[in-house]
Amino acid sequence: MSDQKFKVTIDNITVEVAPGTTIVQAARLIGGDVVPPTMCYYSKLEGSGGKCRTCLVEVSKGSEKDPRPMPKLVASCRTTVMDGMEVKSITSDKVLDARKGVTEFLLLNHPLDCPVCDQAGECDLQNLSYEHGAASTRYDFKRRTFEKEDIGPYIQLHMTRCILCYRCVYTANQLTDKREHGVLDRGDHSAISTCIGKALDNEFIGNVIDVCPVGALTDKTFRFKNRVWFTKPVDAHRDCPTCSGRVRLWMRGDEVFRVTARKDEYGEVESLENGKTAWICNTCRFEKKETKDWVIEGPTKVNRHSVISQGHYVNAVNGQPKLINDVIGKDPKLLLDIHKISDVNRPEIDLSQIEGPAHSDDFLPNQSTGTMKQIGKLGE
Amino acid sequence: MTFGEKIYIPAIMKGLSITLGHIFKKKATVSYPEQKRPFSPVFRGLHVLNRDEEGRERCTACGLCALACPAEAITMEAAERKPGEENLYREEKYAAKYEINMLRCIFCGFCEEACPKDAIYLSETVMPANYTRKYFIYKKEDLLIPHPKKQESAQ
Repeated sequence: MSDQKFKVTIDNITVEVAPGTTIVQAARLIGGDVVPPTMCYYSKLEGSGGKCRTCLVEVSKGSEKDPRPMPKLVASCRTTVMDGMEVKSITSDKVLDARKGVTEFLLLNHPLDCPVCDQAGECDLQNLSYEHGAASTRYDFKRRTFEKEDIGPYIQLHMTRCILCYRCVYTANQLTDKREHGVLDRGDHSAISTCIGKALDNEFIGNVIDVCPVGALTDKTFRFKNRVWFTKPVDAHRDCPTCSGRVRLWMRGDEVFRVTARKDEYGEVESLENGKTAWICNTCRFEKKETKDWVIEGPTKVNRHSVISQGHYVNAVNGQPKLINDVIGKDPKLLLDIHKISDVNRPEIDLSQIEGPAHSDDFLPNQSTGTMKQIGKLGE
Repeated sequence: MTFGEKIYIPAIMKGLSITLGHIFKKKATVSYPEQKRPFSPVFRGLHVLNRDEEGRERCTACGLCALACPAEAITMEAAERKPGEENLYREEKYAAKYEINMLRCIFCGFCEEACPKDAIYLSETVMPANYTRKYFIYKKEDLLIPHPKKQESAQ
């Protein structure tokens, strides 16, 4: 029985999987476009899935023994495969239409604040709506809003952006001894919160930021510091007594702006060699914001089509290229040192070391090199 | 060469008649500082940063203009709006520093197209020239349009 393999065909591609595998896991073995998008399912979290309905697929043939198609679209994250099952994902118009509908439902109450949101650029909902959503909304009513909440010293909760995927609740249940936050109220009022504003206090609670598919739970130490596509992801590790210490640093120059766990192509935290998930502890995530704390392994391989890879130059030469000196026989004359004039990236304002988001008092006017008009007058 | 070509007179007369004819034609130039040519509606000139009706800065430092910029001329640093600054900035996040390096800018207008907040526009002003390179680093204060209410009270 244990050696038995089930043959399942997804979008005319056949794959053999062990019994008990869900359709989405089988699709991930194939990879590529046939993988249904998932918002709530997270393979590293037990019991997740079945809530968002983005992974709906059509089962056109139930199994070898019972070839009748399933009457309705099924959630692929919760449906296990049967031998001889035939599944239609992107080849079914019904599925694509359903995904569009689900996306519209998820976006009903989701604010259009991507320009402000720190998750923009690595947001699952943004990707989903880009691929499957309609260009405009048909919703005329007032959107559900909540006050933003600080849960713990490091985590910012924007309940308005939450899609109630429950991933963070499962993370807290499975990674920490005692869960302190959960879903309060019901239906349209339901909200992720801590009971009576209690702060989350656990060494592994920072992982809720990584599992959040939207910008509802964000890193307060990175809040508004930079956009993810301007930071450069670098794989690094350190000898951490509590966790594996294998992380991804999001750097700009030599500054470490953000530390996250390493994520795979489905946005899930990677597995270690021993099969465990490489969750990282709060010390690694929030307190080690200097290059000297880490052993840098090298730049992360980012998909060429991802916004994260924009403006990152492969094989860029550090320091001054020697070629020009050889050709002209002397050092090139520097006509403008941008750092003397530019107000951005001032050495005295170290954004990555500021605890929370920067405020107006972090940028004092006397640190400015003056406006263009003032400089222009000086130059005259 | 024939005799008629050899004496050159007909050719010279023909050339002079063309030159004289141009005196009576419409001039191709304008006397610039007094007279200005109308801009094309799609002209892309110097950038401005917009404010809303209440004079709050529209820019939320989302970085899309800098991302779209093929010349990498735009840089910025964001900050969070504090309570009491709601009359200054439209969104909870704003650009504390915003800079365009006009030496790099190629006036392609991609920043204007990318902006989700209608904050950056390319105006119908030609980039002024200067003797120093320093002059071409435009800060946020240089780019922002005048405050609509403060301007009214000043008048």
